[in-house]
Amino acid sequence: MTATRTTSLFFKSYICLVFVFVVAPILASFIFSFNSDRFPTIPLGNFTLHWYKTIYHDKDVWDALWISVTSAISVSIIATFIGFCTAYTDYRYNFFGKSAYLALALLPPTIPLVIMGLAMLAWLSHIGMSGRWYSIIIAHVVLCTPFAMAIIRIRLAQLNSSAEAAAWNLGASEWRTMGEIIIPFSLPAIISSLCLTAAVSFDEFAVSWFVSGLNKTIPVIILEVLQGQVDPQINAIGTFVFLTSMTLVVIAQILLMTRHGKGLSHE
Amino acid sequence: MASKTSKGLTWYAATWRLPNLVWQFLFFVVPLAFLFYLSFWLVRNYRMVPGFDSVNWVKMLSKDYFWDAYYFTFCMALVATVITSCIAFPCSYGLAFKTSNATRRWAIFFLIIPFFTSYLVRIYSWQVILAENGVINAALGYLGLNPFIMLNTVVGTLVGYLTLALPLVVILQTLSLSNIDRSLIGAAENLGCGRLRVVFTVIIPLAKIGLIVGAVFCFILSFGDFVSPYYLGGSKPPTLSILIIDTTKSGQQWPRAAVVAVSMILTLLVVAFAAVTAAYRKRT
Repeated sequence: MTATRTTSLFFKSYICLVFVFVVAPILASFIFSFNSDRFPTIPLGNFTLHWYKTIYHDKDVWDALWISVTSAISVSIIATFIGFCTAYTDYRYNFFGKSAYLALALLPPTIPLVIMGLAMLAWLSHIGMSGRWYSIIIAHVVLCTPFAMAIIRIRLAQLNSSAEAAAWNLGASEWRTMGEIIIPFSLPAIISSLCLTAAVSFDEFAVSWFVSGLNKTIPVIILEVLQGQVDPQINAIGTFVFLTSMTLVVIAQILLMTRHGKGLSHE
Repeated sequence: MASKTSKGLTWYAATWRLPNLVWQFLFFVVPLAFLFYLSFWLVRNYRMVPGFDSVNWVKMLSKDYFWDAYYFTFCMALVATVITSCIAFPCSYGLAFKTSNATRRWAIFFLIIPFFTSYLVRIYSWQVILAENGVINAALGYLGLNPFIMLNTVVGTLVGYLTLALPLVVILQTLSLSNIDRSLIGAAENLGCGRLRVVFTVIIPLAKIGLIVGAVFCFILSFGDFVSPYYLGGSKPPTLSILIIDTTKSGQQWPRAAVVAVSMILTLLVVAFAAVTAAYRKRT
């Protein structure tokens, strides 16, 4: 009995250690953002809002924020639309070359971001579309669509497969069935996909760095500050970005857990 | 459903099928294909000229610094994969077998958080924590120990790779371990199999696919990452992704950067193919 208790205790402490490692940099950045030292160490320096004031008065940060937010919103809408179409196609149809079709939708995350960045930069500048305001949007949609597709596909898997057929038998057209059955049923997943893809786009730095040109986003600014010296401004920006992304992720998570449209699902 | 499926391509079906096909073809397949084509272009008077010449390949593949970077990147990614998988396993095992369902769900939720926090900010945080006069060395100082140099060494790079891949690997391992049929473990124990032996002869073979998928993702992420080797490892020596960035940003040598990128993709394809073959091989 004591042996099992010891092993159980061992695993619990081990899990805690792993979580400490995962959380440590996030927490440290949060704490350092209020710390007066330029090179933080223990014991900590004084409490200060200096780094927040610095970024608040920095015009570059505000410009970057505007580009980040508008890109994230556009990306989330386009990627969720494409993701929905793809998820529905996978749910409903079988056709020749379907696995290649799905590979097209799901493979982008397996390509290293540096390579995606270089490929995007090369191709977009070849067709005269690099360094424009929409370049980041184009690239991020490619990266975000797989997430949107996965989230919505999981929701559609819960839809009772005879619900659609029942609506057709009652005389509804395919389009009307889409509008009255499929979309309402997928709505929680659609909204959570909007939030998650926006969060992914908001944080992405590598591809943006390659294709953005002068239209820098917040992560690109962070990357450029990093290339200089140690600068605690990054912690202040990071904390702000973290809170934004986490709000989006928590909203998405809550929506994924809701069980709307129970009558149509399998359970 | 089947009756409607058998018809030819209707407007309705095409509407849902096309967006993915068009966008991912134009902005995913074509850019990668173009990158491959670009690796055969020429650079004359600092301008790129379309062509079909193997000169970039010959030049890059005969350079020692390319092969140094290649071996270093490959070995580091391999080491990171082994270390990450080994560190993740006891954690995933604990989450799958030693905790309640509710705890496991919360744990996975917490492990998702890092995906949505800026990787750059986390690496910057590590930079400050691991520095010679940073938090860890200050703590060691209180214990009367000498500072341990971690920044700008291989240790720093590995901490970065762990930050990048550990949460994902734990999630994938936990999911595959929780799907194991518990009665098989019970049967092995009833037949007198010791605890460790159960882990190695029953649990690991049953969860093999998930463990290998986790390892492959860890390899892909570490192999392609440029942030950790640059900001924590001090780019000593540079990895392939740093080579791509330096070559691209320093002028018009995109075709040579494309050579590096294409060799990386080929390497990843071979690794992923070998791993998938290993994952689905029947036990003998």
